[in-house]
Amino acid sequence: MTDPSDDIILKACGITKVYPGTLALNRVDFNVYRGKVNVLVGENGAGKSTLTKILAGVEVPTRGHLELEGKQVRIESFHDATRHGIGMIHQELNLFGNMNVAENIFIARELTKGRVHIDHRTQTAKAQELLDRLEAEIDAREQVADLRIGQQQMVEIAKALALNTRILIMDEPTSALSAAEVDVLFRVIQDLKRQGVTIIYISHRLEELIQIGDHITVLRDGNLMQEAPMIEIDVSWIISQMVGTDKNREMTHTTSATCEEILRVKNLSLARTGGGYTLDQLNFCLCKGEILGIYGLMGAGRSELFECLMGLETEIEGKVFLDGKEVTRGRVDDHIREGLSLIPEDRQREGLVQVLDVSDNMTLSSLWKFIKWIHIKSTPLKQAVDQMVRNLSIKVPSPRVIISSLSGGNQQKVVIGKALLTEPKVLLMDEPTRGIDVGAKGDVFGIMNDLAAKGLGIIFVTSELKEIMMVSDRIMVMSNGKITGEFTKETATEEGIVAASAVGHNHTHASA
Amino acid sequence: MSQASATAPEIKKEKFKIGMLLLNLRTFIALFLVVIYFSIMAPNFLSMANLLILVKHVSIYAFLAIGMTFVIITGGIDLSVGAIVGLAGMVAGLLLHKGLHIPFMNATIYFHLPMVILITLGVGVLCGAFSGLLITRFRVPPFIATLGMLYIARGAALLLSDGKTFPNLVGSEALGNTGFPWLGSGTILGIPFSICVLVILGIGASYLAKRTPLGRHIYSVGGNERAALLSGVRVNRVKMFVYMFAGFCSAIAGLIIASQLVASHPATGDMFELTAIAAAVLGGTSLAGGRGTIGGTIIGAFVIGVLGDGMVMMGVSSFWQMVIKGLVIVAAVVVDQFQGKLQSRAVIQED
Ligand SMILES: Nc1ncnc2c1ncn2[C@@H]1O[C@H](COP(=O)(O)OP(=O)(O)OP(=O)(O)O)[C@@H](O)[C@H]1O
Ligand SMILES: [Mg+2]
Repeated sequence: MTDPSDDIILKACGITKVYPGTLALNRVDFNVYRGKVNVLVGENGAGKSTLTKILAGVEVPTRGHLELEGKQVRIESFHDATRHGIGMIHQELNLFGNMNVAENIFIARELTKGRVHIDHRTQTAKAQELLDRLEAEIDAREQVADLRIGQQQMVEIAKALALNTRILIMDEPTSALSAAEVDVLFRVIQDLKRQGVTIIYISHRLEELIQIGDHITVLRDGNLMQEAPMIEIDVSWIISQMVGTDKNREMTHTTSATCEEILRVKNLSLARTGGGYTLDQLNFCLCKGEILGIYGLMGAGRSELFECLMGLETEIEGKVFLDGKEVTRGRVDDHIREGLSLIPEDRQREGLVQVLDVSDNMTLSSLWKFIKWIHIKSTPLKQAVDQMVRNLSIKVPSPRVIISSLSGGNQQKVVIGKALLTEPKVLLMDEPTRGIDVGAKGDVFGIMNDLAAKGLGIIFVTSELKEIMMVSDRIMVMSNGKITGEFTKETATEEGIVAASAVGHNHTHASA
Repeated sequence: MSQASATAPEIKKEKFKIGMLLLNLRTFIALFLVVIYFSIMAPNFLSMANLLILVKHVSIYAFLAIGMTFVIITGGIDLSVGAIVGLAGMVAGLLLHKGLHIPFMNATIYFHLPMVILITLGVGVLCGAFSGLLITRFRVPPFIATLGMLYIARGAALLLSDGKTFPNLVGSEALGNTGFPWLGSGTILGIPFSICVLVILGIGASYLAKRTPLGRHIYSVGGNERAALLSGVRVNRVKMFVYMFAGFCSAIAGLIIASQLVASHPATGDMFELTAIAAAVLGGTSLAGGRGTIGGTIIGAFVIGVLGDGMVMMGVSSFWQMVIKGLVIVAAVVVDQFQGKLQSRAVIQED
């Protein structure tokens, strides 16, 4: 390696950022090395997103400055950033559901003929090219609202690629992607690197960082902890820098599954609007205290299954029994009271009410527990919220702060808290660990174990193979709306699961 | 920052905090200033008699604005409230003046006053239910649904009397339906009845917004409908409620106006929907949904009412009155936008 100092393309010097009641960054120096994958890690709320937002001109630092190629620059708007060739994929999706994929990719820099007329044909073709490069099975003419969240994430990545940036910031791009899709993304990143593009990469999946990163910078509570070349360090080093101690608790899941059935799904089918089935004759059951993991690629029908169980879909065939009682029909709140609770996949769109505060969000599903006639009893409510904030160690100055001021991972914990406050019998978790740090992940798994030990049934969807194998008592694999494989803890192998998840897909990009 | 200069920024910080506080209370301060201004310019302004008249006027706007606030918080809008005011007045007028004629029985029924009031309120609620049904079941956007309701209600009001006024709504001893004018001019313990209703409605609505599940649900529907649905909020039911409640509030206003005038005219309440929206917005309700308070709305209604009455007393031409009201509304929203910016600047200063 040559002298590192002239390798630095972008440098953040002494950045301090203050939000009401929070010191998000405290005199942080951050070096971005040219043509490298610069990894940024830290616990939830450590300030990673804030730092990268400052680099991309979305936020302005309270104090400190930026140096690009050794010269001090001001990057105070999206346009400043674009001018300097800096692009960013944000942690939360920024797409317009009412427009199609191509329009989203070229938003605000539409390809035009004579500056007025949008050249839809070229736009669509270019967009399709980008999507194909990402090996995403997405038609550029599709409405974004019709895409699943993983697909939307792919569109977001394509949008950033279209910018032709020389510094590309990726804030948790893989949190909604499955293993196969992550592989594709990594190939694209290697490609970009060869073209001389500098990458800043944030993720909570530590193995992933080791695999893709060249340089690592660790933040803790808004302070810079360490910076190191990736070859010199390992996962336990990262964890010890992130959290102070090496508490990489190896998740030891002791099964508490009983043989007492709590949920049974019989011949459940959901027709697709375009013909065919989104869910095709599903049959399975869940026992008290059992953690059932469901694995599948995008579009396998996992989230739809949860929507059916919660009563969001009306056009379903088949039957669902909870604790021996049929709960196929009925509204969401009936299902919640019967003891089903959902942690949805997309916290921004489906989990949170952004204008409300933490406490209001957390109690939204369980208000009926705190009322006397029509009056909300505030003392027990406050106690319950405080308790939950402690149990999930949510980092928040007070439950009365607005939810949008929390870091992504802490917002996710609030969504989990909301589901837990309903005291469910069966908990449906759709990617519950999306965007939360190792410590919190451990906490969530710990909570899942505790809940299972208390006799709850848990169905848990994730695209992370390691997680699912570690936590589940039983694993069900879905593909194209069908159950294509079922494994017990003993019989599960990564190869077996991946193979089952690719059943019915003609091109097997899941050969990882 | 060095130790020596620590006091200067400290003072600056204090000043800034006070500034923010003033900004948060801006509607209240605006009201205060307007009242002071008029009491100097028009000496009678602060007289008891004038204040009573003022509050009576304001209460009409406030009824409508309270209903409107809930609708706006859910992310909707109700353009039909003014027309429902007109219709409610005409329904009450018809029942008192002509009674309910049933053609096939060739009979005319006269109701007692409480019954008349109940029927009128029921009509208001039904109008709201109709809008609500269009919005929830048939997915008609609130703007269009309530615009339709506006025409329907106004048309119905005109039809009830062929466009004429129902005069002299005192009722008759023989029919047992006397007492209607009391709603507009009567007092309880010396306080005008309409003000009592305003206090009750205001407290009730405020309580509903803050301390009941329904209130929380109203905010959540406006903030993120999908998340509300997934959290088990019966979104359609919440929406039905807010439009029905807006209809109910409008009917109250209609009854009180007709009673104050002791007559009902089908054009009553024209453009009131806009006044109601203005009051809500002045009080800090966000048209994007999810944000707003009943208290703020009532203050907003006061600002509009005081401004209107004060300018009348000072003899400002009605054309100028419109221009000034318009400017005030726009200014309020501009300040609202500024507040966000200032708040983030406050943070930077804080360090
Ligand atoms: N707009 C805001 N207003 C107030 N506080 C904020 C705002 N944005 C972020 N914060 C606070 O700043 C801190 C850092 O947040 P940031 O989003 O940078 O964390 P992060 O490292 O990206 O975490 P995560 O892994 O959970 O995404 C958090 O404590 C958060 O609550
Ligand atoms: Mg983040």
